[in-house]
Amino acid sequence: METISRQRAAAGLALVLLAVAVIVFPVVFSSPVVTNYAVYALIFVAVVTAWNMFSGFSGYISLGQAVFFGSGAYAVGIAAKAWHINGVGVFALLPLAAAVGAVIAVPFGLIALRVRRHTFIVVTIAVFFIFQLMAFNLNSFTGGTIGMSAPFLPWTPTAFNDRFYYITLACAVAAVVIAVLVRRSRPGLQLRAIRDDEDRARGLGVRTMRVKLAVFVLSATITGLVGGVWFLYLTQVLPQSGFDPLFDLSLVLMAFLGGLGTISGPIIGALLIEPGQLYLTIKYTNGYLSEILLGALFLLIVLFVPRGIVPTAGEWLKRLRTRGRPAVPPVPTAPDPDPARSGLSGGTR
Amino acid sequence: MSVLLRTEGIRKAYGGVHALDTCTVEVEEGTVAGLIGPNGSGKTTLFNVITGYAKADAGHVYLAGRKITNVSPDKVFALGIGRTFQLTRIFASLTVLENMLVASPNGRAAARRRAMEQLDFVGIAGHHAELAGTLSYGQRKLLELAYVLVADPAVILLDEPAGGVNPTLINLIADRIRQLNAEQGKTFLIVEHNMEFVMGLCDRVTVLDSGTVVASGPPGIIRTDRRVLNAYLGEDLEPAEDE
Repeated sequence: METISRQRAAAGLALVLLAVAVIVFPVVFSSPVVTNYAVYALIFVAVVTAWNMFSGFSGYISLGQAVFFGSGAYAVGIAAKAWHINGVGVFALLPLAAAVGAVIAVPFGLIALRVRRHTFIVVTIAVFFIFQLMAFNLNSFTGGTIGMSAPFLPWTPTAFNDRFYYITLACAVAAVVIAVLVRRSRPGLQLRAIRDDEDRARGLGVRTMRVKLAVFVLSATITGLVGGVWFLYLTQVLPQSGFDPLFDLSLVLMAFLGGLGTISGPIIGALLIEPGQLYLTIKYTNGYLSEILLGALFLLIVLFVPRGIVPTAGEWLKRLRTRGRPAVPPVPTAPDPDPARSGLSGGTR
Repeated sequence: MSVLLRTEGIRKAYGGVHALDTCTVEVEEGTVAGLIGPNGSGKTTLFNVITGYAKADAGHVYLAGRKITNVSPDKVFALGIGRTFQLTRIFASLTVLENMLVASPNGRAAARRRAMEQLDFVGIAGHHAELAGTLSYGQRKLLELAYVLVADPAVILLDEPAGGVNPTLINLIADRIRQLNAEQGKTFLIVEHNMEFVMGLCDRVTVLDSGTVVASGPPGIIRTDRRVLNAYLGEDLEPAEDE
């Protein structure tokens, strides 16, 4: 008991230190070059956490999250232009970006969530390209290939980055808090049951469509909002940047690297991958290098840490603590469908 | 006693194969009913039709006189029919206790307490914090029985509860079924190939062959029924094998 309370105190202290470090970060590193990295990292922490709360918990790997991100960005751009909103007033449009994400997610979910696994992934890709094509072709609405520009914010570069740092930090913290709440909630538990065996969950009274759709819409709402913030930060959105296939692949990579379905895993993934990707894109402007390395990284993850950093590290720590002796029998990663291989089965099958 | 669960003239074909053909089965309230028959006779298909996992081509399912044909599985469960599967299906990456809470109706503390009671009832409460994927096959069967009980269903359908389980555990499962039936008046419909288990437990046994009921009655009579022996042994006298 004593070690547990000591562990708790240590964890609490670490959390406080982390909070202080995160809050004073832009004061210490005031250069816009550095805070630019931090803003992008925080945007991805927020978005990958939103993605993970649906796809990670349920196992429905979506490659259509950019639909909500891009739509949130365009919603702010289109509304600001149509209603002639200038200056700091554009931040009042962020709830609209969230609402647009949610509204799109309802029909999207109702269609895509009827199918599973590979078919689901393919449907999300198809919806993604529909949105990208719409952004390209609805010229009068989206500006076509020219895209949309955000209203000018009368801030100095340093103040601009610092303020966006705290805005994206708030988004990231809110997303993580919501993800923790979802995970602890009843729908969160049911979603994880769906990931293991959806038909069985239905047979235990879980209204699977309702649960899946609810969290899918929640995830889209957060993503739409962050898309709006991203647009105001970047000050422009193009069809290929708002609806970027690499965006979806990055999310998947971040979550897999850190640990799909865990809370901390995708955060770690985002903090590792996004700054690296940004550095390579800035340094080698043709951009292909970061994509090649991203692909190579994906291969390495699948080969060496298929379950992600957090679950694998957890296992190592446990092994270290028990000095080589396994404290509990090793956990199979998938349910064992063959009873003949597990302990108590008789010889009748 | 009144009939609690009734299927009437169920037909179900997969391609050209009739898995069920005018299948009429009745289960009286408060009884333990057995459903036996050779492999491919339609037992599991009948379970699937009752619980909404398969749609009947014709015929109806009634629960306490109410028509519930082709209702979705989650609604069937909410109406009070719980089932287990032939190959146990538990949520391997959730803990044992979390598995129980998936099925439990709302209310946190109460649900937890009830879940622990049910785990204790089947004898695996000590494993509540472990991942269900680490349980042995027999323990998974017990967990599956326990989480079906959580929502307090009126009828419990068990698909081969004794299949692939050691004799000690078979006795434990049989005991628990008897106890639930005697103390809480639970109604059971059990598919099982273990004849000793079925004959010792069931008040009434229904025999399926090629999707049709060929006999129904108390175990003592079924055991010696010529039609049953024909269904199992066939004319070429090949003994039926377990799957």
